Amino acid sequence: MAPVFDYAPAPESRSVVDIASSYGLFIDGEFTEAADGKVFKTVSPSTEEVLSEVAEAGEADVDRAVKAARKAFEKWSALPGSERAKYLFRIARIIQERSRELAVLETLDNGKPIRETRDADIPLVAAYFFYYAGWADKLDHAGYGADPRPLGVAGQVIPWNFPLLMLAWKIAPALATGNTVVLKPAETTPLSALFFADICRQAGLPKGVVNILTGDGRAGAALVAHPDVDKVAFTGSTAVGKQIARTVAGTRKKLTLELGGKGANIVFDDAPIDQAVEGIVNGIFFNQGQVCCAGSRLLVQESIHDELLDSLKRRLTTLRLGDPLDKNTDIGAINSAQQLERITSLVEQGEAEGAERWSAACELPENGYWFAPTLFTGVTQAHTVARDEIFGPVLSVLTFRTPDEAVAKANNTPYGLSAGIWTEKGSRILAVANKLRAGVVWSNTFNKFDPTSPFGGYKESGFGREGGRHGLEAYLDV
Amino acid sequence: MSDARLSVLKTYKLYVGGKFPRSESGRVYEVTDSKGNWLANAPLSSRKDARDAVVAARKAFGGWSGATAYNRGQILYRVAEMLEGRRDQYVREVAAAEGLSKSKAAEQVDAAVDRWVWYAGWTDKIAQVVGGGNPVAGPYFNLSSPEPTGVVAVLAPQESSFLGLVSVVAPVIATGNTAVVIASERSPLPALSLGEVLATSDLPGGVVNILSGRTAEIATPLAAHMDVNAIDLAGADEELAKELEIAAADNLKRVLRPQPVDNWSATPGTDRMSAFLETKTVWHPTGSLGASGSAY
Repeated sequence: MAPVFDYAPAPESRSVVDIASSYGLFIDGEFTEAADGKVFKTVSPSTEEVLSEVAEAGEADVDRAVKAARKAFEKWSALPGSERAKYLFRIARIIQERSRELAVLETLDNGKPIRETRDADIPLVAAYFFYYAGWADKLDHAGYGADPRPLGVAGQVIPWNFPLLMLAWKIAPALATGNTVVLKPAETTPLSALFFADICRQAGLPKGVVNILTGDGRAGAALVAHPDVDKVAFTGSTAVGKQIARTVAGTRKKLTLELGGKGANIVFDDAPIDQAVEGIVNGIFFNQGQVCCAGSRLLVQESIHDELLDSLKRRLTTLRLGDPLDKNTDIGAINSAQQLERITSLVEQGEAEGAERWSAACELPENGYWFAPTLFTGVTQAHTVARDEIFGPVLSVLTFRTPDEAVAKANNTPYGLSAGIWTEKGSRILAVANKLRAGVVWSNTFNKFDPTSPFGGYKESGFGREGGRHGLEAYLDV
Repeated sequence: MSDARLSVLKTYKLYVGGKFPRSESGRVYEVTDSKGNWLANAPLSSRKDARDAVVAARKAFGGWSGATAYNRGQILYRVAEMLEGRRDQYVREVAAAEGLSKSKAAEQVDAAVDRWVWYAGWTDKIAQVVGGGNPVAGPYFNLSSPEPTGVVAVLAPQESSFLGLVSVVAPVIATGNTAVVIASERSPLPALSLGEVLATSDLPGGVVNILSGRTAEIATPLAAHMDVNAIDLAGADEELAKELEIAAADNLKRVLRPQPVDNWSATPGTDRMSAFLETKTVWHPTGSLGASGSAY
């Protein structure tokens, strides 16, 4: 269906961001080269343009950063909570002040639309710092005893899908509770963490409280294994999460893992179709589907399957894919060539196994990594596209007849992170939500986040919760 | 021959799925008191027994986790009532098992019964203490509630054969999990007798399953079992604990590492319950009307 009229381009200016040609590691309050001088390039996924050259941390750098964090821990943890709170409030405010710069930067480095970084990522980043700032001087009210103690040095490894938001989820509660951190951002999205390092400097945060090590999985592995790290927090793939669990086995390190998902979005026949369609789109095409809690399995009650699919396809044809800096863009670039390859190969497998593929007709830009919004119908539970996490804009549609069948299918996965329920019937929402084995259940909405709300998975989606009062536990000796 | 009556010895059996089977392996091992005198032959459970126990625990999970917290509390309290009635038996068994005087053993048993009552009272309170409503910034409400994580393998403490055992089993089932319990290797008899109480306390079969034998032998398949959701390593030594924790990573089991416990009599916190709870957060739109949004 051709658009009735087209939108004029509305690009956000990138002049608000000044990206240096190279960046060092942020250790003990200073930017410094890697001990062995190694660097790697970070590219913009929408253009393949090299944005900057970034230091690649090795084991010696990990050691240096952990030492700096250990040294800083003594003073930081001894500060009155009210003082730590003020540092975190400062950080939250500076993030708000620099929000436009950070939004553009994140869009450049990650490939996600400016609409999302501007309206979702960065406001949430500030909100998480604001929320945990308020906890720093109220920990004795958090339900973990009268004087809950921090753990020490937290080693944190985060993914590329929400680079700055995942940093906030990790650093804000860690600092509020009196820990110091060494954080390794993902290899393909290191820049916003380095900008955050600068925000720490502006806020006057004591040296060594936050250390940022850019690098790849080897740096992450070295950080996790470092004997002087007391707490490990990881968000990423289930396979790596299992490896980390093995690494910390038999040690005193406290571990929290936020891993993969294959969320079921269940639509009953009495659901408001238009709202459900918006929720489905938001559930799987938000951030190009590169979301661990994405609603990647659509479970539709059989009687409304055709009607819903017609509406959904019609809606998908109106999604605008292209320049992520354009404010009209809904679907940005896939984060990396490697991720695009994974999505492509899983989709090919879906076709080979006999599921029916439908992709929105849209022109893909010549450069960069792109994948058109895609859905599979005729999917059974045995299909790979119904079982494996694709982490891309690909929706698998299954059907069900009864609520029990919907629950059984929704729970038929080793994952247990998120689920959605669409129905006008309140009792059905509660009954179904009760039976779903998932850490977050959105009813008549999807992909909503808030710092007051604990987030995290059942089963192989990991353990521990981030956000809310529950999120404090991961950083306290309880 | 004197005419003193010959006592009837008890054949100790496992407690699996609400029944009292022998080990499928047909094996037993000698259990002695602290001075080395023979007390009984206890079943030497096999890997197959462990797997059978997991099947029973999984089967029981839906009903037990779905029961009301009030009902679970009543059943746990019923267990305490039954334990109280068999107090003398447990005092004898604990005294023999741990080489304690009768009065010391009685203290242990009384503490265990009281501990059980304490957890019975938690079933319908833990959700209020660890859950809550979250004030999100937007036209939504959401509620966080705890839910049992599933089937929990429990390695009971080696030294405290009854109080230690009760202290690790009760919190697991109070919150709606089901359990596969490995009794103290050297002193399994009080644990096996606990099965007899559980069987007559309205506790559905399979909610607690009790195995005796070599801790390491039984724990290894449980730690690797893909249908076990969590493992409490209280009864593992450092080396075994590490090995089991590595195996547990294969399906990301929740692991409660061995915690040094100086005194099982001290009132526990909620940690042993929250270790085997998941938090589920359910969101729902509210529309734009807040609580104070209406004019009246």
